[in-house]
Amino acid sequence: MKLRLSEEDAAFREEMRTFFTTQVPQSIRDTVAARRELTKDQIVETQQILNAAGLAVPNWPVEWGGKDWTPLQRHIWHEEMQLASVPAPLAFNASMVGPVIAAFGSQEVKERFLPATANLDIWWSQGFSEPDAGSDLASLRTTARREGDEYVVNGQKTWTTLGQYGDWIFTLVRTDPDAPKKQQGISFLLIDMTSPGLTVRPIELIDGGHEVNEVFFEDVRVPAENLVGEENRGWDYAKFLLGNERVGVAPVGSTKRWLAAAKETAGERIASDPLLAARIADLENELLALELTALRVVAHSADGKPHPASSVLKLRGTELQQAVTELYVDLAGPLSLASGAQDGSDVPDWARVSTPQYLNFRKASIYGGSNEVQRQIIAKTILGL
Amino acid sequence: MDFTLDSEQTALRDAVRGLLSKTYDSTETRREVTKTDPGFSEKTWQQLAELGALGLPFAEEDGGFGAGPVEVSIVAEEIGRVLAPEPYLETILAAGLVADLGSPEQRADVIGRVAEGALVLSFAHHDIADAVVATQSGDAWTLSGVKEPVLHGARADLLVVTARTDAGVGVFLVDPAVDGVERTGYRTHDGGRAARVAFDGAAATPLGDPSADASDAVALAVARGQIALGHEAVGAIDVALRTTTEYLKTRKQFGVTLNAFQALTFRAADLYVSAELARSMVTWATLVLQDEPERAVEAASRAKLQVSRAGRHIGQEAIQLHGGIGMTAEYSVGHYTSRLTAIDHTLGDGSEHLARLASTVTDHGVVDPIG
Repeated sequence: MKLRLSEEDAAFREEMRTFFTTQVPQSIRDTVAARRELTKDQIVETQQILNAAGLAVPNWPVEWGGKDWTPLQRHIWHEEMQLASVPAPLAFNASMVGPVIAAFGSQEVKERFLPATANLDIWWSQGFSEPDAGSDLASLRTTARREGDEYVVNGQKTWTTLGQYGDWIFTLVRTDPDAPKKQQGISFLLIDMTSPGLTVRPIELIDGGHEVNEVFFEDVRVPAENLVGEENRGWDYAKFLLGNERVGVAPVGSTKRWLAAAKETAGERIASDPLLAARIADLENELLALELTALRVVAHSADGKPHPASSVLKLRGTELQQAVTELYVDLAGPLSLASGAQDGSDVPDWARVSTPQYLNFRKASIYGGSNEVQRQIIAKTILGL
Repeated sequence: MDFTLDSEQTALRDAVRGLLSKTYDSTETRREVTKTDPGFSEKTWQQLAELGALGLPFAEEDGGFGAGPVEVSIVAEEIGRVLAPEPYLETILAAGLVADLGSPEQRADVIGRVAEGALVLSFAHHDIADAVVATQSGDAWTLSGVKEPVLHGARADLLVVTARTDAGVGVFLVDPAVDGVERTGYRTHDGGRAARVAFDGAAATPLGDPSADASDAVALAVARGQIALGHEAVGAIDVALRTTTEYLKTRKQFGVTLNAFQALTFRAADLYVSAELARSMVTWATLVLQDEPERAVEAASRAKLQVSRAGRHIGQEAIQLHGGIGMTAEYSVGHYTSRLTAIDHTLGDGSEHLARLASTVTDHGVVDPIG
């Protein structure tokens, strides 16, 4: 047992820190630090800078641009990126569809999609959830009927984050409605979002933003070569993807940064308000415990399979993320009402965004397998209940 | 960064677990042992010495075995798993002050005998009212005042006592048999033992230089004790959680086992989260103690706060998820809650450590575990 990083890992950390703080434009990092919404161009620009340096998709196989890093090095990469306010590579590309294609796609599919996916030349959207298939994802009803060399897709997806920017969408579709188990008749299909019959409709959220969408499929014809892996094996690929997603959604570094910034924002008030000081100290301690748990988990993740305790990271990570957004609203107090203030207002920027952020992050305990699903996983898989 | 035990450490864990699980094989056995004074098994104490567990963190030239905080944490966790009542923590903590502050003669006299199991030490630190005062007359020192509760204070062969000096805090060795020491022992709620120890001009020998303030040395020793207690708690938490989940799988009500009720399994899942977070934190604190001791006081506070939260959560829920059986003295789980409550309030409880952390919260930006 030892605390310190090896010399090699310490050098690696320094290298990452230097890169993230010098190679990504300050204006983009400032936007993230101010917790403002990024434009599509800012997200694309960042990912292309990272990709040019080989830092966009380290968890992919080496032949497709990945890195032969240890789990600890991947963790350091992710933490330093968040601490430097660098937007992470688009999760739909880097953490979701990319690894699935790399693991299960044919050589043709890999060659066609992986380089463009790593470089964000293709912006992927996620087509999993449906109006009647949320946590119970396997009950999805969007169908793909085989006709010659094509699938004909009909149905509806929802909660498609940033679907308004999407070039392609990776979907779970029902290819065998007669399969004995609902998990068995599902396939993983890649669909060009410019296809005739596909429409994207925005969903306005409680923070006033447009982050998610509904996607409708009406006799959308998809070349059969866009199938990933085998027909009717899509559920296996989805489980693989969701396992990766769960690891990716323990946002320790960014929450730490938010909390440190909250201390600066609170300034002198901390010294005069013991309840506030205790609340911050408590959050810091909980975050440290989470980070240390993440380090324990990465040290024990073998063969790319997530450690069962990764459910703890998602569950607790999102709770703490939410707790920090709540802290900001409380720091703002009555100023938190000024969310619509424009130029000429005396209310500082951080206070204006505090409530929309708080409302927006209620999503965190719902997506990526809701926290109730995580509790179910812990109870069943880990505790055997 | 590495959180895994090496093969020698694993062997130590297996040996201690083997001994303690055989000794304390049931709640009833432990109750028998704790019923009569001194509240632990002298035989088990000797067996722990034979395993080498009592001399682990001390230098070989002083009569110890030259191991470190990780090895202590391994023993503490096994003690926690079975709620072994032996005065391990008290003795190791007090002996640590002898090792840090004592002269070569004092170290040679005390450490070797501790390692052999020939000495039980107590750390008399908590002042119940005014601080115990040390007075010098020529080369001789005497102590006056009251320390209470002193864990295992009535049985101890030697007391390590903190007292106020002109320089600040001094640390003294007191032979409890000398005139001017009056000890009144009693049982604690967790089956342990504590005592009121009154000093009335009792002869005392300074550890180290009494004209210097020993506050830092005391703080480090206390931090070591807090971290070891954290591991004891993590061991107890682990067993309390397992016992509870097993019960949920076997106890039937309404014609089904209790794990059919999601209202219960979700609470068990939350207990697991608490347990894992606490384990992460105390393991880290031990590594800080080993590799970056200048940060140990902070790390110990962080661990103690986390353990306080987890111990309360798991202790309370372990009883509730069992129902009535969890309230009974003949069943195990309530004893774990009692012990976790005692651990919380030994060497500073959660509130105290939160207050400390709150007072330093503006000293840093983000908390970096690696330093």
